[in-house]
Amino acid sequence: MMNKTKMVPFPSHAIVPERDVDKMPVLDARNLGMDFGGLVAVDDFSLLIGRTEIAGLIGPNGAGKTTVFNLLTNVYHPTRGAILLDGVSTEGKSTAQVNAMGIARTFQNIRLFSDMSVLDNVKVGLHNHIHERFLSAVTHAFGYTKAEKKANTRALELLDVFHMADHAFALAGSLPYGAQRRLEIVRALATEPKILLLDEPAAGMNPSETLELMNNIRKIRDEFQIAVLLIEHDMNLVMNICEGICVLNYGKIIAKGTAEQIKHNPVVIEAYLGNKGE
Amino acid sequence: MDFLSNLISGLSLGSIYALIALGYTMVYGIAKMLNFAHGDIIMVGAFAVIVCINTCGLPVWLAAVVSILCCIVLGVLIERIAYKPLRRSAPLTVLITAIGVSYLLQSVAQLVFGSEMHSFPKVISMPTIQIGELTIKGNALVTLVVSAVIMVVLTLFIGKTRMGKAMRAVSEDKDAAELMGINVNKTISVTFAIGSALAAVAGIFYGSTYGFIGPYTGSMPGIKAFVAAVFGGIGSIPGAMLGGLALGIIENLSKAYISTELSDAIVFGVLIIVLLFKPTGLLGKKIKEKV
Repeated sequence: MMNKTKMVPFPSHAIVPERDVDKMPVLDARNLGMDFGGLVAVDDFSLLIGRTEIAGLIGPNGAGKTTVFNLLTNVYHPTRGAILLDGVSTEGKSTAQVNAMGIARTFQNIRLFSDMSVLDNVKVGLHNHIHERFLSAVTHAFGYTKAEKKANTRALELLDVFHMADHAFALAGSLPYGAQRRLEIVRALATEPKILLLDEPAAGMNPSETLELMNNIRKIRDEFQIAVLLIEHDMNLVMNICEGICVLNYGKIIAKGTAEQIKHNPVVIEAYLGNKGE
Repeated sequence: MDFLSNLISGLSLGSIYALIALGYTMVYGIAKMLNFAHGDIIMVGAFAVIVCINTCGLPVWLAAVVSILCCIVLGVLIERIAYKPLRRSAPLTVLITAIGVSYLLQSVAQLVFGSEMHSFPKVISMPTIQIGELTIKGNALVTLVVSAVIMVVLTLFIGKTRMGKAMRAVSEDKDAAELMGINVNKTISVTFAIGSALAAVAGIFYGSTYGFIGPYTGSMPGIKAFVAAVFGGIGSIPGAMLGGLALGIIENLSKAYISTELSDAIVFGVLIIVLLFKPTGLLGKKIKEKV
């Protein structure tokens, strides 16, 4: 299951020094820190993610996982540290610009544009990849512009990858729960990211839906050739698909490594069991 | 036949309200704020036409274009200077600011143009049409047709274009839209620009319907359009159109058949009754709890 020739998750501060160092990680977070007033939410968070790696971010509730996602997307601007995407710093960029640079995400609680159609949701994701001139958009508003046609085709293609093209014209809010989760992923993929951040993608899913999700995440990596970083409480999912795992507790990284290493790491076990288990 | 002509002038008045109400509802939908300065943009648009035609001697069409451009610049500037810094503040702060901007515009207009009423130049030269016993004022007909065209184009713009989709996305979830790469600031600016352009058009029609413009002219149609937006369901674009038209018809019919003095009271009375039974307005959506 693990592809040994793949680029490697966490070389620089790695707990697994014998593994290859990823020469050109897609994401390089360096000593990120975030304070809210006097409270240190995240501290000294360093992480390298390979170009086509599936990585997991786990930890007890309140460990700061979602804060890390918010830092990576510049929703919060880090108090300390730097984020390099493909070697370029995201400092001072707006959230929209960070997205344009190649970071897309989904949300813990689904945040689709529920009053818009499934297709339009995906087309919002394609926003920066549709180039139409204002005037042509207005004058051609009675039909579709060329750019709009292209966007339609692309959106339908993307939906088709996840077997959702049939529901293209349904309202996003009317989809069943699992399909809404899938649509959020498709919408994020439409922004053509280099790395996709998934915030608890399996939350509320039954075992068969989770299994499908696992296949979909692998499919995203294989077909789109991008990296995936996911926050998840479902250990079965994390241990099965993540090539590198990073464990967060009280805003600090307490362990990094492969699934096997994490499973047997006493510090991790203590963090989870010490909190009466997850 | 009398009823039909009254209905048509009601529709024409209603389409002016609808144009203004669209600005209220779009800005509310996207920026989640009530822009009480919106009514005064109408006044600025109308004064711009007066200056263009009476002082500069421009042709009517050019005066209209200049007026629309003035209002667009003004609307976008107001948003940038007064509202944008308050985007994360409490709604009440923004509301008070908007009222402040409204008074500012009125006072500046009073300084520049004086407090007296100015007669509005004749911009619509279409003659009154007489079909049998049916009389349609040329002004009413032009207002109605132009407004209808604008509303169709706007609906298509919002429904079909990339910017329209961005606007809908931002109005549903600003943060999620931004994470999908949408420039929220630009989208909000475009919304203010469109709203202000519509207000300018409404100002021109309002001026040519009533014939006089003063520094406070904008506030009454502004408030009525706000009522129309709430009546139709604030945030809803078809709602604003429907609310505006309904308001215009109710107002005109009560003027014709009940009482001119009571017409405003009747209009606001109908609003109260509708809101009692449908608190979200005719086409409004249920307000969702944000988690």
